[in-house]
This record gives sequence, structure tokens and C-alpha cells, in this order.
Amino acid sequence: MTTLAPPSTTAGLNHLDALESHALFILREVVAECERPVLLFSGGKDSAVLLHLAAKAFAPLGLPFPVLHVDTGHNFSEVLAFRDRAAVRAGARLIVARVQDSIDRGRVADPGDLASRNRLQSVTLLDAISEHGFDAAFGGARRDEDKARAKERVLSFRDEFGQWDPRRQRPELWRLYQGRVNPGEHVRAFPLSDWTELDVWQYVAREGVDLPSIYFAHERPVVARDGMWLAVGEFVRPRDDERVESRTVRFRTVGDATGTGAVLSNARTIDEVVAEVAAATVSERGATRGDDRFSETSMEDRKREGYF
Amino acid sequence: MAVATKDVLRLATVGSVDDGKSTLIGRLLVDTRLVADDHLDAVAAASERRGVGELDLSFVTDGLRAEREQGITIDVAYRYATTATRKLVIADCPGHVQYTRNMATGSSTADLALVAVDVAAGLKEQTRRHLVIAALLGVRAFVVAVNKMDTVEWSRTAYERVVAEVGVLATVLGATSVVAVPVSALYGDNVVERSLRAPWYAGPTVLEALEASDAGAWERSCGSRLPIQWILRQPGGGRSYAGLVSGEALRVGDAVTLLPAGIETSIRAIHYGGRTLEEAAVGLAADVELDDATDAGRGDLIATAPLPRVTRELEATVCWFGDDPLDQRGRRLRLKHTSRTTPVRVRELEGRIDVGSLTLTRADALATNEIGLVRLTTAEPLVVDEYREDRVTGSFVLVDEVTHATVAAGMVGRPPFVTVGR
Repeated sequence: MTTLAPPSTTAGLNHLDALESHALFILREVVAECERPVLLFSGGKDSAVLLHLAAKAFAPLGLPFPVLHVDTGHNFSEVLAFRDRAAVRAGARLIVARVQDSIDRGRVADPGDLASRNRLQSVTLLDAISEHGFDAAFGGARRDEDKARAKERVLSFRDEFGQWDPRRQRPELWRLYQGRVNPGEHVRAFPLSDWTELDVWQYVAREGVDLPSIYFAHERPVVARDGMWLAVGEFVRPRDDERVESRTVRFRTVGDATGTGAVLSNARTIDEVVAEVAAATVSERGATRGDDRFSETSMEDRKREGYF
Repeated sequence: MAVATKDVLRLATVGSVDDGKSTLIGRLLVDTRLVADDHLDAVAAASERRGVGELDLSFVTDGLRAEREQGITIDVAYRYATTATRKLVIADCPGHVQYTRNMATGSSTADLALVAVDVAAGLKEQTRRHLVIAALLGVRAFVVAVNKMDTVEWSRTAYERVVAEVGVLATVLGATSVVAVPVSALYGDNVVERSLRAPWYAGPTVLEALEASDAGAWERSCGSRLPIQWILRQPGGGRSYAGLVSGEALRVGDAVTLLPAGIETSIRAIHYGGRTLEEAAVGLAADVELDDATDAGRGDLIATAPLPRVTRELEATVCWFGDDPLDQRGRRLRLKHTSRTTPVRVRELEGRIDVGSLTLTRADALATNEIGLVRLTTAEPLVVDEYREDRVTGSFVLVDEVTHATVAAGMVGRPPFVTVGR
């Protein structure tokens, strides 16, 4: 019998099924190859999708690994509430590693109450990985987010200092993911590598994935700063020259509350968000992340230090 | 839902350094308006800072600091584009010999190679090399962008000379589809926008060629394959075996053989993410229940006829990526094939494949980035198909036992286009 079949391993599936199956495959492969995996969970949409996929990969059994939240202490309350309910729903053991503890122990300097703790998270994350002896950490990072992430392997090797060396990445042929490391080293595994922001939202819509409410349009007091709309609250106070306005906004990403901007939006439902994302002309990090704007290689620099 | 789902074409850029691969991808993304405004602003700012003109399009994909400093691509950048008809996953690969391992990484999952050739320079040794590697890795469809047409005043003769050269090689390499397009990636001619400078050219633009490609169908004659990755327990105590389906779809009731044990049974049920299905399509991460309560584990394979081979002895083509050479000393490594990992010994280096003459010549060692034919003996039996039949069950990687670095890409069998030299 001779048949003609395309060489692609995803032939015959629509793109969301192909992305989903690839992600399930990566999740299972890392769990099979590594001793102590952990799933990094920020409470954002990408990690919510990742947790949903993990539940599917091991259904009807529970998750074979814990979930780790690196907590900057600068949170949106809606996101913390979501984190807790999502972990309970997934039946996952939730570990919280606090940047504040790293500051209190003198591992990192305190940048002050209203300054971003985004970069400090790397130290807290690496300390937690080392303390628990994790040899693999799943993350929700996507290659379409940033030009440094666009370069990263699905399984990305980290040396004993937690560093990423973009010039010496392991070859990654076919789907033969190879996660073995020596003690003290680990891999980061990115099941959403090939997903775009639009894919994530289409998938959220199809699967009915629960998300924090701040991803949908709502009224809130904001100030315009650095070309972004920042939510006024505990972590962002208006400066003397800034005027607080009430605007209808939503968040495209969720990060440290001092540096994560909202976008003006009337998208109150998932379908409206999908339509908005499909028409967007500015990238999600460009629209919402203050710390990615200051230097040409800020993400590359943070990743080299061990960032997500 | 607001946006319909589409089929996916995975493509890798192929060609020598400085023939304009990254500029071509940058042009493709910019002219289809698939680069976000802020990313384009950042590319413009970086171009100005480095004094390389208003907009260096290669910076759209060359995102690492070292790449921008040196003006080269070091590692693969993945970019995602949605056209009117399909989704493109683009692996923009490096052209330098020293980064061949990264080029192989990008090509190993590609359905199509987008080849950039500098029309003035012709088909360089390195371009030949990349075309051969892409073909070895199973790429059968090629879109050839004959680039920098502006530097030869859009000479039809110069274009046709390159097309003929590439065409001869592609035929030898077993290509099923080759489409050539005269372009200037720098000025945007025939990439997305049709050029007025080549009235003699009536074929598609690069974008149209990518949208129309059938991705080079493979002729294959083996059945369905499900390498077991993980075992799930179903309610009621049954076990199901999870893996990614390759080759052909699996259906409930299919007669299957569990390998390497050789146990004949059939598919009792198929699940996917907790749902029950009648059929698991190729590419689906399904889990299946078998009719007999057999003892199967990770690394075993469920197959329908025609069955794969069970063996501990392999002849295989390898691309060697290790820092130190692979020599004749019977080196011990680890081999990962589907979900099975086993110790392996390289028994014999049969020869090196000369990518210029496409001949196998005797060699004492394979240096970094060289390709050769080897005989391997594994500690545990493998369940394999020839690579040209099945990209999943015909591929493996070799891993260093101490550092765990991936040191080779392997393909079961001998490439059909290589002849034995002296």
C-alpha cells in the first residue's frame, strides 16, 4: 500500500488542535524525562492556558507536579484571587516564592515600594528552583512575544547558575526533546512556544478557559505615564503632574502592577477580545510592559540572568 | 468565533550567509503588515543606532545583541504569520557553516525550504550544502528566491542561470516541487508586491508561492505509528497509552501490533484530553486502550501494518554536531529514538558524505558539522522505519553521556541521492 501523505506531523488537524497536541506532547515528554518538574504560574492568560493543557495531558489523573508562583508582592487583587481558585480547580499543590523574602534575606536590594520588581523575580525563581531541587520548569512564554524569546528552544537548557546562553543552545531536532541535565542544572520547557497571542485567545474562547477579570474591559481610575495607562491603586500613585481619569480599559498582559499598562478597550467578552487582538497593530509587550522599552535587549539580558 | 482556523505550513529559510535570508523574511513580514508597529519602530531605532541605514530588515528576525553587532544570524528565529489562506511558521535559519546545527534544528520540522540565492554570486558551496541538508532532513518542496535582482539590472539571463543550477540540484535531491521567483528583498520586488521591473516574469510572488505550495507530499508505504510516551489509568482500572499519532490515523477496532514484543491486539478505545473518539488523526496527542491487558511501557510502539522493523543494528545518516570529532573508536553514546533512550555504540564510520559531489567517501573521522554514514549497535531493540518513509520513527538524536549535550542528528537508512565514491 502506498499513500501520499504530507510530511508534516500535524497534517489533518486544524491549527488549534495541532498546537494543543504539540503542547500535550511536550508536557508528557518532560514529565517522563525529568525527575522533578514544576509549572510556573503567574495567573496570567498564558499560564492559565498552560495549566488547562497540563490538566488535559494527564486526565483523568491529577497533575504530576506542583505549581510555583513567583510573587512580586505587586499584584492585582483579581489575579491573586484567580491564582488561588485556578490551583484548587486543577487540584495542584501551589508553592508561592516571594520576592519580599529575597529582599528581607538580602539576596536582592529593595528598589522601593513603587518600583518594579520584575527583574528581581529571577533571583527568587532560581532560589526556589534550587531549594526544591526542580530539574524542569514549565513556562507559558511564547516566541511571538519578543525577539529574544523568538530564538529560544522548546526545551531550553540552564546551567548551574540558571543562565541561558543564546550562543550555545542545544540542537533541538524534530520533536526529540531531550531534557536530561546534571545536578544543579535545569531545563525550562515552553509548551506554548509556537502559539501567538491570537492563538491563545482563540483557544481560551474554544475551551472556555477561566481568566482573571482584568483581561476584559472595565472602568478603572488610570494615569497616563510613559505612553501607557497605569491603574491607580496601592502600587501606582499619581505624581504631581498627572491627572487621574476614569477610563474603560483591559489588560493584555499581567505583570508587576507598577509597570504593567492597561489598554483602552471596550472588549467585554471573549469574542470581542479575539476580534480586538486579531486587529491589533501594537504587540502585547510593547503596549503594556514598561521595562521592555528601555533597552534594545532588555528581554535577552533578563533571560540570560535566569528570567522566565 | 471571530477568526476561522487555518492550515499550517512550516518553512525554514535556507542559503548561504549574506544572500539575504533574514532580509527576505523581514520584507515578507513588513509588507504583509505582520510586524507590530512598536517592533518596527524598534527595528528602525536599532538600525539608526548601528548606522546601517533607515531600516535594516534583517533586524526583524536577528534579535540577539551579537547578531545585530555582527550582522549575521546565529540561531534560528521563529516567526508566525497569518496570510489570507494559511498560517506560516517561519524558522529563519543561520547561513554560516559553524551554525549548521541550528540550521538543522530549524529544517528538521519544516515542510518547505525557502531558499535565498544571490543572483550575482550564483549557487555557492554553502547554499548547496544547505539544500542537501534540508533534503536529507526530508524537505521536498522548495521556493527559491533569486535575490538581489536589482544588482544585475533585473537580467533575465542571470536569473535563468541560477534557476537552472538550482533546478538540477533539486531534481537530484528528489524535490517534488520547485518554484523560483526573481526578487529584490531589499526593495520589496516580488516578495509580497508584484514588481514592475521584471515584465518577463509571469510567475507568483514569494508570498503567493508559499500560499499555493502543497508542502511536498511524501510517498510512504508504512502504517500508523503510536510511540508510547506515558501511561494513564482510566476510571475502572484500565490503562491507556499516550503518544503522538504519526503516519496514518488510528481507529477503534484497528488490528495493531505492540512492538518490540510483537503482541497482536486491537484498539479498544481512543481518548483525547479526557474525551472519547472513534479516530485519532495524525498529529493528535491521543491515548489508546488495547484489547488485551498487555504490559506495555514508555518506549514501546503501537503500529498497524505494514509494520516497522525491530532491530539493534542500524545503518544511518548522521549530521555530527559534537565539538570533538566522531572517529572509528567505537564510541559509546546515548540514543533517543521516539520515546526510547538507550546506550549505543558507533560500530563503524562507513564514510563521509561529500555535499559537493554527493558521494560517500572513506573517512577516519567526522568533524563538527560533517555528514556521514554510520553503523550503530544499540543496547535495547529499536522499532524503526526508514527516515524517507516516516520522519518520526526514522529519526533519532545522539547524546553525550556525560554532558547530556545533543551531538548528532540521525536518520535511519542511506540517502537515495548519495553514490559510493572512492
